[in-house]
Amino acid sequence: MKTKDNILIELKNVNAAYNSDIVLNSVDFSIEKNDFIGVIGPNGGGKTTLVKIILGLLKPISGSVEYHLEGHGENLPIGYLPQFNNIDKKFPINVQDVVLSGMMKKNRLINRFSKMERSMAEEIMNEMGVADLRNNSIGELSGGQMQRVFLCRAVVSSPGLLILDEPNTFVDNAFESELYEKLKELNRSMAILIVSHDVGMISTYIKTIACVNRELHYHKSNVISQEQLNEYNCPIQLITHGDVPHTVLGEHHHH
Amino acid sequence: MVELLSYSFFQNALLAAVLTSITCGIIGTYIVTRRIVFISGGITHTSFGGIGIGYFLGIHPLLGAAVFSVLSALGIEYMSKKTEIREDSVIAIMWSFGMAIGIIFIYLTPGYAPNLMSYLFGSILTVTDLEILLILSLTIIVVLFFYLLYKPILFLAFDSDFIKTKNLPVELINYLIMVLIALTIVLSIKIAGIILIISLLTIPQATSNLFFKDFKHIVIYSIVIGFLGSLAGLGSAYYLDIPSGAAIIFVLVFFFIIAKMIQSVRLKTYKNLKKDKQRPEG
Repeated sequence: MKTKDNILIELKNVNAAYNSDIVLNSVDFSIEKNDFIGVIGPNGGGKTTLVKIILGLLKPISGSVEYHLEGHGENLPIGYLPQFNNIDKKFPINVQDVVLSGMMKKNRLINRFSKMERSMAEEIMNEMGVADLRNNSIGELSGGQMQRVFLCRAVVSSPGLLILDEPNTFVDNAFESELYEKLKELNRSMAILIVSHDVGMISTYIKTIACVNRELHYHKSNVISQEQLNEYNCPIQLITHGDVPHTVLGEHHHH
Repeated sequence: MVELLSYSFFQNALLAAVLTSITCGIIGTYIVTRRIVFISGGITHTSFGGIGIGYFLGIHPLLGAAVFSVLSALGIEYMSKKTEIREDSVIAIMWSFGMAIGIIFIYLTPGYAPNLMSYLFGSILTVTDLEILLILSLTIIVVLFFYLLYKPILFLAFDSDFIKTKNLPVELINYLIMVLIALTIVLSIKIAGIILIISLLTIPQATSNLFFKDFKHIVIYSIVIGFLGSLAGLGSAYYLDIPSGAAIIFVLVFFFIIAKMIQSVRLKTYKNLKKDKQRPEG
């Protein structure tokens, strides 16, 4: 059972639509402290829409989204790593500024970043190994470096929840497995919600699974079988990776 | 040149060139990096409707242009965010509608429309004291706005969704910038003309973007390039007796081509150096 005290965000009977096409249908969903949720589902099933609803970028046509995050109001204490395609790689901005933008908040339009904020940015860039790139423009980075920079931006404000939208779309990524280890570490201090079309890749790291295909089915385990997916009306193929233990894919019918 | 400088019309032209280079350098960098060049083209041409109505009502045509361009800028921003109509279609509709209104009202205005050509093709040598004053005020506003709000504007232009999650007044800032874009366009009409303004907002930026990858640097070098281009254009217009607006643009494009060639050569030598370095190892 979900305990009320631990709930960070609660979606109640949320319906969402673009123009007049319903994308999400009466979704009830909550995110708790220390959660590590993998959001899976077919393309166009509403994964990104769910993220936008949680981030407040899209207003539901009915239902409610309640935030119980600490510090809510000043800014939305959610770290967000967008899809690779949503980033304008030719935009003239350097790494340091991208990371600093993670510390923007309401009413800080005119005042400059404080020394403390700058050193926080410096610290996180060191931790992620991108401090030497601070003056490079983002267009000069490899996919993996770019992803680290955007992860820095997402977590520099120490948010209560971190959302990653398809982090495996960053091309040329030697950072991938390192990223998941990093997330595991971050999960000690924040809840994580990760959208992925590749459940096999993330299944060893996540704790629970949310299947999204117009409806949302919450699966309280990181092990899911093809049969269960079908039951959830979530038609995705489980991709078997050589280095991932079979048990996490839940293919118990073959054993 | 010294003799030229003693003319007050030329002093005005120089002053206008400096100030316009500054506003267009800043606003143009925003337009180019945000990829809203087409929107700016739409606002520019819509303002012609205001010029026509200005002639018809006997008020200053630039006042009419200001009303039209601000309204079209806000309209495009609103329609593209709040309605389901395709943004580029909205722009095309406003673009042609504004031009149509302009043509109709100029036709309806009894007699001859003086200076019409100067609004279409620019006429920096006939800039009045009042216009200088207006451009100066706008320059101060634009510089202050971008100086004080530099980081939020930069972050917003780069990734507005992310900044929205930080509870910043994204829409308000967007609308304010659209107004500044519209006013910059209107006050540049006298310099380059409706048909040629887009060049002042894009060519210096494209040129400096060849060498600089930081927003602030692009702004600074766009201002420098814009000013040098205006100066060289003005000079050649005077000595060759050709229209100043077109001469300025000719020079700016010339700068761009030279810069592109320099950049290509530099890139090539850099690549060769890299190859030479790799050879002994391979």
